[in-house]
Amino acid sequence: MGYSNKVIDHYENPRNVGSMDKDAADVGTGVVGAPECGDVMKLQIQVEDGVITDAKFKTFGCGSAIASSSLATEWLKGRTVTSASEIRNTDIVEELELPPVKIHCSVLAEDAIKQAIADYQTKQKS
Amino acid sequence: MNTPSSHIYLDSQATTSVDPQVLETMLPWFHEKFGNAASRSHSFGWEADKAVESARATLAAGIGAKSREILFTSGATESDNLAILGVAKMYASKGKHLITCVTEHKAVLDPMQALENDGWKITCLEVDENGCLSLDDLKNAIQENTVLVSIMHGNNEVGTVHPIAEIGAICREAGVLFHCDATQTFGKMPLDVEAMNIDLLSASAHKIYGPKGVGLLYVRRRNPRVRLTPIMHGGGHERGFRSGTLNVPGIVGLAKAFEVSQEGGAAEQSRIQELRNLLETKLFDALESVYLNGHPENRLDCCLNISFGFVEGESLIMGMPDIAVSSGSACTSASLEPSYVLRAMGVGDDLAHSSLRFGIGRWTTKEEIETVAETVIHAVNRLRDMSPLWEMDQEGIDLSTVQWAGH
Repeated sequence: MGYSNKVIDHYENPRNVGSMDKDAADVGTGVVGAPECGDVMKLQIQVEDGVITDAKFKTFGCGSAIASSSLATEWLKGRTVTSASEIRNTDIVEELELPPVKIHCSVLAEDAIKQAIADYQTKQKS
Repeated sequence: MNTPSSHIYLDSQATTSVDPQVLETMLPWFHEKFGNAASRSHSFGWEADKAVESARATLAAGIGAKSREILFTSGATESDNLAILGVAKMYASKGKHLITCVTEHKAVLDPMQALENDGWKITCLEVDENGCLSLDDLKNAIQENTVLVSIMHGNNEVGTVHPIAEIGAICREAGVLFHCDATQTFGKMPLDVEAMNIDLLSASAHKIYGPKGVGLLYVRRRNPRVRLTPIMHGGGHERGFRSGTLNVPGIVGLAKAFEVSQEGGAAEQSRIQELRNLLETKLFDALESVYLNGHPENRLDCCLNISFGFVEGESLIMGMPDIAVSSGSACTSASLEPSYVLRAMGVGDDLAHSSLRFGIGRWTTKEEIETVAETVIHAVNRLRDMSPLWEMDQEGIDLSTVQWAGH
């Protein structure tokens, strides 16, 4: 199984593993995937004045899924919400050198980002 | 005995290393004694033929067969194909119904599928949660036009061992031919084609510390005489059943590997079983939410297939780069589908995705088992710490009630 060095690095030293209070008003949570598909990603962002100040993840899935979500949290921190919503799965594929069979991991990470942002934005409206 | 590298090899159901005794026996047959066993006109051929016939006699005697009932093939996949396709085509006028089981190896299921596409009817028996078929289901499945039942002895993924003698008796009484894929048990468990009423039996050398690329098919010649339509045509070798120049070094190696396994006998199997049990106990003692796949008792001595709840198999394997095991999930292939064997046993897709198969072998040491147990426990705990499923479970959430956004 040929993993890129970047995937191995994220797998061995995952960034920002953890959980935030999902009920907090400034936290947005995205949970995507399903256990029977072999991947579940939980991605959370903490937002202050439109800027993501912190991001955490927990992932059940293969090394590429772990690496995709770990990388996503790294990229999210310090970005504005608007800029975060522009992260595309293809950026993750490129950065981690994911093979075609693992592209779904990057799709999942993009979905998790979008869902976390949507969750945060819903909380702001209510 | 050192493994080829510093890695610990625990995948003995996939393949095994050639035993040095086997290798030594094979070596002269590559260069010094290179004759074609089919050459009748000179001593090079006679010498090779003699070695082949000696190997044939050894192997036949080991399973209660006659020499003339052993055909040499390129391995168990070819043996399975020849048995199934050969019988189906030969007996097509008698009937076009075959019976097999959902947990069989693909080398059985795929030729069955090919026959189904060509108009044969295939009954695929289901299994219970331990991977066992029901003998009543088998009896009920046999019809007037059934020509062959193909059931494996030991399952390659979960190790469940089928009651072959009872299956053989049912087939014999019904007058249906019985093929047994004994790839995982040949040389490791007693096999007697007479006592077990086996009409065709497939085996391979590389699962018993012999070389890859050689196997055998036992084909009964009396009571009843089994006939086959060959699937490979050419020089009419192996009494016309299997053309192709005989792999003399491989055949010599197969017989030697079988002999060495027989010598090791019950003592070797019980040593392997003890190591398997040690690993099983260590993992079950240290970790919660782990599940044994396969029959708790009627199981290959070497096999331990476990699902680790809340972690995914491929990531687990990645966490133990110095240990060679197989993921029960086929995620490592391109299909991303979990194991069809575990699915057939009713294992949920989530647990099927989190299974590992450990295969203990001749060279496995207690120290290796201890290292493996520690490594697995560490990797599982580390992955659970980053698993959202584990977190939910620890919070008391029933995962089966969660609405997942599948993709």
